[in-house]
Amino acid sequence: MDESAAETTPLNILIADDSDSDRLILKAILKRLGHRVVDAANGREAVVLFQSEAPDIVLLDALMPSMDGMEAARHIKTLAGERLVPLIFITSLTEPEDLAGCLEAGGDGFLSKPYNRIMIEAKVNAFNRMRLMHRALSNQRDLMHERNRQLLKEQHIARGVFDNVAHTGCLNAPNIRYHASPLSVFSGDVLFASPRPAGGMLVFAGDFTGHGLPAAIGAMPVAESFYGMAGKGFNGADILREINQKLVRILPKDMFCCGVMVEVDFTLNQLNIWNGGLPDMWLMRSPTERFSLPSRHLPLGILSPDQFNADMETVRSRPGDRLLLMTDGVLECTDGAGQVFGEQGVRRAIENAGLDRHPFDALMGEIQRFTGQQKFGDDLTLCCLEMVEEEGQVVLPDAVELSTLAGPTQWRSVYELQGSTLGEFNPLPLLLHICMEVPGLRRKSGEIYTLLSELYNNALEHGVLQLPSEWKFTPEGFDRYYSERAKRLNRVKGHYIRFSFHHDLMAWGGRLRVVCEDSGEGFDFQNHPVLQATEMAQSGPRYGGRGLALIKRLAKSVQFYKKGNRVEVVYEWFF
Amino acid sequence: MPIETHRSRDGRSLTIKIEGRFDFSTHQAFRDAYEHGGRDVSGYVVDLSDATYLDSSALGMLLLLRDHAGGDSADIVIENCNNDVRKILTISNFEQLFTIR
Repeated sequence: MDESAAETTPLNILIADDSDSDRLILKAILKRLGHRVVDAANGREAVVLFQSEAPDIVLLDALMPSMDGMEAARHIKTLAGERLVPLIFITSLTEPEDLAGCLEAGGDGFLSKPYNRIMIEAKVNAFNRMRLMHRALSNQRDLMHERNRQLLKEQHIARGVFDNVAHTGCLNAPNIRYHASPLSVFSGDVLFASPRPAGGMLVFAGDFTGHGLPAAIGAMPVAESFYGMAGKGFNGADILREINQKLVRILPKDMFCCGVMVEVDFTLNQLNIWNGGLPDMWLMRSPTERFSLPSRHLPLGILSPDQFNADMETVRSRPGDRLLLMTDGVLECTDGAGQVFGEQGVRRAIENAGLDRHPFDALMGEIQRFTGQQKFGDDLTLCCLEMVEEEGQVVLPDAVELSTLAGPTQWRSVYELQGSTLGEFNPLPLLLHICMEVPGLRRKSGEIYTLLSELYNNALEHGVLQLPSEWKFTPEGFDRYYSERAKRLNRVKGHYIRFSFHHDLMAWGGRLRVVCEDSGEGFDFQNHPVLQATEMAQSGPRYGGRGLALIKRLAKSVQFYKKGNRVEVVYEWFF
Repeated sequence: MPIETHRSRDGRSLTIKIEGRFDFSTHQAFRDAYEHGGRDVSGYVVDLSDATYLDSSALGMLLLLRDHAGGDSADIVIENCNNDVRKILTISNFEQLFTIR
């Protein structure tokens, strides 16, 4: 508002004075200055007029009959509420106590009698400036409140949209504990978890640089890639590569996403992890045995696809092990003195957790104790995942609705991977996709994926790469198995793995015949314990036999041919 | 001034020295420092001896400098980091992109 213009606009002024002559003089002076004036002869009248006339400024005589100026001032200030209506006492009082009493009653200033036109004009202008400034500030404050309310409303709507893309997945599974603020996406944190088609889980936690809308917009494609690809059976490394290249393309140069990907295999009891820029993860086995898993990669959204390294580290676990992962917000918590919680805080919390306290509760409790606050900021995400027996785990539910499209029912397909492609490409999502075109098979995506991945992994690891499954029985051998696997994959040459599919419609449903053949040495299937046994229980906890046992359980029949490098599986589904 | 710059005697190298907190509040000054650093500058030194703290937006600024200096072919040295700052650079594995000494 233009202040000088505002100062010349006429004001509504309420005056109260019991002396008729004084009142007349004051009224005349104010009118000559261009203001509108209403006048009262005592305090009571002044209060009534204040309500009906809503004046901008009030001039009150301190001493009046029938409610004096002090009491009238108290009433008027109460009535004015938040509005600043300057209240000036007109008085011949000179004692400091009396004048102080006027201010205590709510007066903003004094004007002494007898009246002086110049003083009156200056005072009225000065108090009017104060009034206008107060009004401007109040308006700005109200505007700010309103804008903030609008922003929060928009964030909630955006959050709703985001939730449709980035649902909580299986974060509510019994083996997961987590803390994530509902609006954390606007502070740049994301946390996703999805069951994998063949069992196990994928968990991703991310922390975008920056806050607000840009962070939330970046989170959308990450959520979409994660859930879309996890459900189709892509592995953690595939999804990381996809997320990275998407973020490189869409984010400005100075924005990126620190993240952690965890592939959980409950059957093999192993974790594949990738940490790019988030704080150390902790694998906790017992109160005294724990391992930190530090960041070994650049965050997502920085490196071009050909430079990006999505190699995951394989960690062997045991049932009951707990993996704790967190975003920077945990380390950056501050106490009253501005000290940060830091890695020491995390270490302290888990060291003191003891036997009976869940590390998640221990850490949350320690953060609360440290910050002295019950509530956390939006940018603090914490997740604890427990290794459990596969049974009782969430699996992808069979899709209930049959597609309205009939899809192919009678078809054949051959897909052969050759040479170095074996070391670079995971064909399972594609193979699954081919089978999922058949509506009857789509309901069984988990079983089909399991069949295909067991066949493929057997062919690759034991057939082509000649890795002995016995290695996996011991911890040392386990590490050796996976480092050797990576090494041999890198130099694989002249080999192939061939999948042949044949699907037929039956009166009662359908039959899928899958032949998987590889260029490896095969194995002695005549004497393999799993293939001899009638009861699967006999295979025991041996890793080597588990894959075969699983295939035998899911399929109608399993037949090995040649030297054991060709296997035919028949799978049936029913209407 | 939280940010000071000086050119090497041959003018080929620009040193940017940051004092205090290296965070979003230094964004504009940091940008000005390398954008107005001169045309024939071929290498950069980010001197963090007086930087007490570095946050993720500072990491973002370093990426902007890297982009400005030629991306993969950029010649950037980050030097004299204190332990806290060094830790943050390490967690993010920035030594893959910058020479840190």
